[in-house]
Amino acid sequence: MRDPGSNLGSDLGSDHGSREIWREYWLRGRRSAAFVFGLTVTLALVAVALLSLIWTPYPVDVMNIPAKLQPPSAAHWLGTDQFGRDVLSRLIGGAVNSLAVSLVAVGIGAGLGVPLGALAAARRGLVEEVVMRFNDFTFAFPALLSAVMITAILGPGAINSIIAIGIFNIPVFARLTRGAALSLWQRDFVMAARVAGKGRTRITAEHILPNIASLLIVQMTIQFALAILAEAGLSYLGLGTQPPAPSWGKMLNEAQTLMVLAPHLAIFPGVAIMVTVLGLNLLGDGLRDLLDPRLRRQR
Amino acid sequence: MALFLLQRLAALVITLLVASLVVFLVMEVLPGDPASIMLGMNARPDTLAALREQMGLNEPAVTRYLTWIGGLVTGDLGTSVTYGVPVWELVRERLSLSLPLALLAILLSTVLAIPLGVLAAAKRGRATDVGVMGFTQLGIAVPNFWFAILLILLFAVHWQVLPAGGFAGWEEGVWPALQSLLLPAVALALPQAAILARVTRSSVLETLGEDYVRTARAKGLTRSAALWRHAVRNALIPVVTIMGLQFSFLLAGTIIIENVFYLPGLGRLIFQAIAQHDLIVVKDLVILLAAAVIVVNFVVDLLYAVLDPRLRGRSAP
Repeated sequence: MRDPGSNLGSDLGSDHGSREIWREYWLRGRRSAAFVFGLTVTLALVAVALLSLIWTPYPVDVMNIPAKLQPPSAAHWLGTDQFGRDVLSRLIGGAVNSLAVSLVAVGIGAGLGVPLGALAAARRGLVEEVVMRFNDFTFAFPALLSAVMITAILGPGAINSIIAIGIFNIPVFARLTRGAALSLWQRDFVMAARVAGKGRTRITAEHILPNIASLLIVQMTIQFALAILAEAGLSYLGLGTQPPAPSWGKMLNEAQTLMVLAPHLAIFPGVAIMVTVLGLNLLGDGLRDLLDPRLRRQR
Repeated sequence: MALFLLQRLAALVITLLVASLVVFLVMEVLPGDPASIMLGMNARPDTLAALREQMGLNEPAVTRYLTWIGGLVTGDLGTSVTYGVPVWELVRERLSLSLPLALLAILLSTVLAIPLGVLAAAKRGRATDVGVMGFTQLGIAVPNFWFAILLILLFAVHWQVLPAGGFAGWEEGVWPALQSLLLPAVALALPQAAILARVTRSSVLETLGEDYVRTARAKGLTRSAALWRHAVRNALIPVVTIMGLQFSFLLAGTIIIENVFYLPGLGRLIFQAIAQHDLIVVKDLVILLAAAVIVVNFVVDLLYAVLDPRLRGRSAP
């Protein structure tokens, strides 16, 4: 039995043509300029990141000292850095790093947070209390503070960024899942499933999670944007991705000392981060409006 | 109300204890021998033994944890290996920069965000609203450390009207000190202001549709009076909560921004401590900062209950 007030989660599983539903979503979505912008930026970013795995205008790590600190030109569209490396190539290379770290970190957050939230809603009582206290405690450790602890013991690195950002994402998904699941547990269709003899785990898998899927997709998009910002911050501080691997945050850190000589170095990585986060946020907002009209923001 | 307070207090103590336990486990138990991390692989055995003795590492872990917790409660945070002074002294000294910086950032973001949010709500759907919402989208997307670099580029390098970094110190006078904190505070305030303005806007929009606002208008109040006296006052309740929730982001932001501007605050201290492998300072600062987030959220919870009496009867969420 499905939730009568179904949204994407339940629609996807229904038999009557998911292709038509997707088409309807697309027709509605393309009317929103913000959504189209967000989707375009996100797809372009993914395409560029994938492309960088096989091609960049110049090698990402090869130094060319005679060509150092060049301003933007026909040969180097965004100029070169203090080692003569092509800034555009390093930006493209940095996209893979940003996306990979953020994707895995949000994956960890959702992968642990959603089951915890669902468990809290299904079991209530002591289990719920323990999960929520765990949430309170995790919430007290912003990604940066976790990264500080991890780095002090293990040293800096991209894996530590992933762990730190991932840990910070767990309570976000646990809270969201618990809140949404709790209201669903009171609904008639869940009651009917319980009367039919289904266990809590099966109800969670078959009825609760499909019905909060759209909510989770939207939240993942938003958390993805936050993870991009967090990764850039950690790399800027030297706690994340280490040189010579390209990373947007690290590029800004290096640019700061050369601000007077080559201000362009301090501009482009920041623009890359801003456009990516803006794109993901607009995509998240657009998806929220599109997938779940009940959550639509007041306009 | 008493039950609510007791529940929240119990949750606060449990959360603080769990947080301290995790910090202790990660920083002292998991690494095996923290002393060898601090002194490196080539440390002399007698130096290593002396540090182990100083850190009390020869004691069982439970005793060390209880001693540490006792010290945190009584204000004895141990002695920094690098600086050779009590950690509490370092914290107190650095707080004289970090606290005013955080307060200035909160002040700036509130002063900017609430009028913008109210304005956007009052002019819903018009150009002003679209402009404010566009600004908030940008404010959320701009990394604060990049914004800080742009501010330095503009105000310190190009116009040369404000310092690019460093802190003059309060003993040099309030104005030079404030000048050093102005750009960092603006950089910290931007993302906070963007989020607050959005929350204010949607909260005001919600209260504008309430019956009591309609009644106020029916009684003859002007649109502006009804907005400020009734809608905005009630709309600020969720805004206060969000300000509390933002505290952890502000804290993380302070750590980054202090490093951008080379400000000798707590954020910079934590990084110097990492670079110098001073685990005593790192451990103390991490738990103090985490405790600050936990306590601020506790206070916001209480404040929320005071502002919204409906919550007092409810059990903890």
